[in-house]
Amino acid sequence: MAEADPSSIPLEQRRPLSPHMQIYKWSPTMAASIAHRATGAALYAGTLLLAAYLLAAAGDAHSFNFASAIFGSFLGQLVLFGYTFALLLHLMGGLRHAIWDAGKGFDPESRDRLAIGSFAAAGVLTVLLWIVSFIIR
Amino acid sequence: MVELALPKNSVVGRGKSWPKPANAKKVTEFQIYRWNPDDGRNPSIDTYYVDRDDCGPMVLDALLYIKNQVDPTLTLRRSCREGICGSCAMNIDGENTLACTRAIDDVKAPVKIYPLPHMPVVKDLVPDLTNFYAQHAAIEPWLKTSTPAPEKEWLQSPEDRSKLDGLYECILCACCSTSCPSYWWNGDRYLGPSALLQAYRWLIDSRDESTGERLDNLEDPFRLYRCHTIMNCARACPKSLNPAKAIAEIKNMMIERQV
Repeated sequence: MAEADPSSIPLEQRRPLSPHMQIYKWSPTMAASIAHRATGAALYAGTLLLAAYLLAAAGDAHSFNFASAIFGSFLGQLVLFGYTFALLLHLMGGLRHAIWDAGKGFDPESRDRLAIGSFAAAGVLTVLLWIVSFIIR
Repeated sequence: MVELALPKNSVVGRGKSWPKPANAKKVTEFQIYRWNPDDGRNPSIDTYYVDRDDCGPMVLDALLYIKNQVDPTLTLRRSCREGICGSCAMNIDGENTLACTRAIDDVKAPVKIYPLPHMPVVKDLVPDLTNFYAQHAAIEPWLKTSTPAPEKEWLQSPEDRSKLDGLYECILCACCSTSCPSYWWNGDRYLGPSALLQAYRWLIDSRDESTGERLDNLEDPFRLYRCHTIMNCARACPKSLNPAKAIAEIKNMMIERQV
């Protein structure tokens, strides 16, 4: 068993980093924070889709029909559903941050309620938005 | 920067399982992070069994039972055993807290114990807190005045004194800072919840006369504004303080002095 002589490396460099993400227990506020970050990133892609749709609409009938067919397909609708959920979750996250920026809602019950509530509100609003969009189409 | 995986030398392996106590009626399993600077090996998780009829109620009691009766090489910091010194801060069951004030029965067995997260490990459950203490020193945690000193003490009304409640009680155990993902990724530049709570303690002290200078020192994209209200700090604090709220108050002081 030939181990490298540990004393040949300075102690500070040999010190391991203690586990972090791997072991830390998830909390509602932690999940809400990472979801806000993730949806913010996803919205870049979603905004590109929106821009592509607007460009197609500004073009001729052929390009518009082509884009409509893609967005109207099952996969397209699934992506759009995800995009609206990301948009609304990010919006709810923005409201949550506005409340916290005002110095309110920091006690243990309120902060968890705000975090869980933003997920629930985004879910409900997404479904409502789709129901309304199917009714008025 | 954000690095989700552990460096090669920090990946945790499987360690030794120590024998169960003989003739014990009630036994609780403990899985504890071990790292020895002298053997050149990676960290590992050792399994211990504690005879609960021969052990006090707290996690610290169990750790001392192990150290005294099973494995004297298990290394940890502890002193007061009553939640006022902050020495036995560690990660128990996925959350940072003090081993002396966390009851074994309040934790799901097997009890998993790690050092404070994302810190250089000196040995076993002992992290290197050098950077953490330097950050506390950086916010200059003492009364700073420019007017001539009064003959006796600096006076403060009971109302102004009450503004320090929920802030002065901090014991510098580092549970909050090392629970914060922002601090994990940017601990070299972000001051962290503990130092910022202390910064706020001096910012709102009616006797302190360097509020502007203190705010200038915090006006920085990293030092203060890496707080993204993840709130692990407030959840972890064993003294039930709220660093996240203190940081929000500092951010509001920044705005107020500009308008």
